[in-house]
Amino acid sequence: MKQLVTGDEAAAIAAKLARVKVISAYPITPQTIIVERLAEFVANGELDAEYIKVESEHSALSACLGSAAVGARTFTATSSQGLMLMSEILFVASGMRLPIVMANANRSLSAPLSIWCDQQDSVAVRDCGWIQLYCENNQEVLDSTIQAFRIAEESLLPVMVCFDGYILSHTAEPVEIPEQAEVDKFLPTYKYPYLLDPEKPITMGAVGVPEYYEEFRYMLQEAVLKSKEKIIEVGQAFGRQFGRKSDLIECYRSDDADVILLTMGSLSGSIKEMIDEYRGHGERVGLVKVRAFRPFPAKELVDSLGHAKAVAVLEKDFSPGSTGALFSDLSGAFVNSRESPLLLNFICGLGGRDVSSLQIREATKAAMEAAKTGEVKKTVRWLGLRETMVGLKP
Amino acid sequence: MNGMIEIRFHGRGGQGAVTAARLLAEAAFAEGKYSQALPFFGAERRGAPVLAFTRIDSRPIRIRTQIYEPDYVVVLDPSLLEVVNVASGIKRDGLIVLNSKKNAQFSNAKSAFVDATSIAKEMLGVPITNTAMLGAFAKATKLVSLDSLINVIKGRFFGKLADKNIAAIKAAYEQTKVIT
Amino acid sequence: MKLPPSTIILKPGNSEQNETGSWRSLKPVVDSKKCNGCGLCWLYCPEPAITKGKPVVIDYRYCKGCGICANDCPVKAIVMVEEGQK
Repeated sequence: MKQLVTGDEAAAIAAKLARVKVISAYPITPQTIIVERLAEFVANGELDAEYIKVESEHSALSACLGSAAVGARTFTATSSQGLMLMSEILFVASGMRLPIVMANANRSLSAPLSIWCDQQDSVAVRDCGWIQLYCENNQEVLDSTIQAFRIAEESLLPVMVCFDGYILSHTAEPVEIPEQAEVDKFLPTYKYPYLLDPEKPITMGAVGVPEYYEEFRYMLQEAVLKSKEKIIEVGQAFGRQFGRKSDLIECYRSDDADVILLTMGSLSGSIKEMIDEYRGHGERVGLVKVRAFRPFPAKELVDSLGHAKAVAVLEKDFSPGSTGALFSDLSGAFVNSRESPLLLNFICGLGGRDVSSLQIREATKAAMEAAKTGEVKKTVRWLGLRETMVGLKP
Repeated sequence: MNGMIEIRFHGRGGQGAVTAARLLAEAAFAEGKYSQALPFFGAERRGAPVLAFTRIDSRPIRIRTQIYEPDYVVVLDPSLLEVVNVASGIKRDGLIVLNSKKNAQFSNAKSAFVDATSIAKEMLGVPITNTAMLGAFAKATKLVSLDSLINVIKGRFFGKLADKNIAAIKAAYEQTKVIT
Repeated sequence: MKLPPSTIILKPGNSEQNETGSWRSLKPVVDSKKCNGCGLCWLYCPEPAITKGKPVVIDYRYCKGCGICANDCPVKAIVMVEEGQK
């Protein structure tokens, strides 16, 4: 059944449909509606789960460690500063191989204080060993959250489902809500193989002395790399059952494109509209959307971008002193490959600034220019930056 | 319906612009269309000028930018006309629906007006004009039916509050004057 | 040996295999006349090195010589002596 719901509502409905057993979270804008809805579901008996109230995000994720360790399907949600406060425990969750699912409503980081959207929060913790999926629309928020539980449980890794704050979290649009019985079929009862059980005591999270630490880190790396296959497999299984399949990346009119735009998250939709316009004028422009940022789909991106003359990476984050994170990962993906398209980086939409069609056109134009001349004038540009304010122009 | 219709709501924090955008999206959705309600939150302060957007289309909506060239503009507070250019970017033949005791002239758009503040005060007891202005919008644009709006209100509010809001919508629908 | 996916120790009680007696440079010696069998040393011993009783018995396979027992003994029945001395 189709319903008009916001991204936050879609995430909450998905967690409910997944029959989560434990929710522990702390409210933070723009994620709060997720935990409010889940608290309502638990309170009115629609969802048979334990809602653990805590005093901070650090505690929220710590509680999730415990519940995941006893084999309960576990969900949390956060955003921005909350994710930062969780960061210590993020690494513990992946290192302990606990299949926790988190919804992260992407929001910028202080300072300056900002409650609005960009992707700096989840990008900042890209190295924490979690799988990260980014959503284009509210349907993907629901679909990816349901899939996240199966990916997490079958690869013993925590999964973060990221979606743009406000632009998705607070935007209402039609979402196909699957039947409970269908979701039950897709997500059978889950059994954690290393159950923490007083009847059969084990030790979890023991010290990793220098003789062992590196092996455990290597196994984490292998697990996250291997989860690529799981993400594809689960995406296909979901497609077979619900008619909407997901993958690591999505290619939109990019097969024969000379210029390809690359992005992740809600910006993809606006870019698709622009692509159709360009195609209407005979311009060979396409989009590749990154859904899985971790594991990074390096091979898939090289395969789908390699034929282009220029690739413009639009992203709502940057690594101060370097480039955008997606851009640097993409550059790394092309290392040692014989041919690489020219790569351009556009930092945009920081702190909730609207990425308008005008800005998308500006990036496309620059990439077309590079494709034509074979030269990149400026590798990293900031879209919408008011240059007089930062002293670039008098 | 030909192509996407874009609506921009101007209000002040607390007047329900965000809710109005969503209720309109729900009414259009109930009529079998695709819709999107996109709020723009400032630092949430009561009284500060706020924006909210609704898109309606017969096809799925992918674009997620704010709306710069609306087909319709709804102004929830008459005093906003002095501080915000509500007609900014409006499409040719666009229409501005005003909460106002009298009409205002726009060089680039048609207009409709209704005294929604008085209606809201009378029907709801508070000057929250969002539902009344939806009635005005329905009358002026015919984009959604009065019945769809009433049904959406019934799903959103309960008991007396639903009745009061429906009364406000109906009154505004009756009293709205479209200037062509 | 294939490791589990994280530092999970599946077999409980395996600290018994870890005989920490060789770590010791100081050794607790119990004065059986003074010991009143209160068991405080047993409670505070971080290793499974003390058996309760009057007097308590120290298992030198596990005692790593930390001296907590001597420090906590309320009747000063345990003294730390250098390893190798009587």
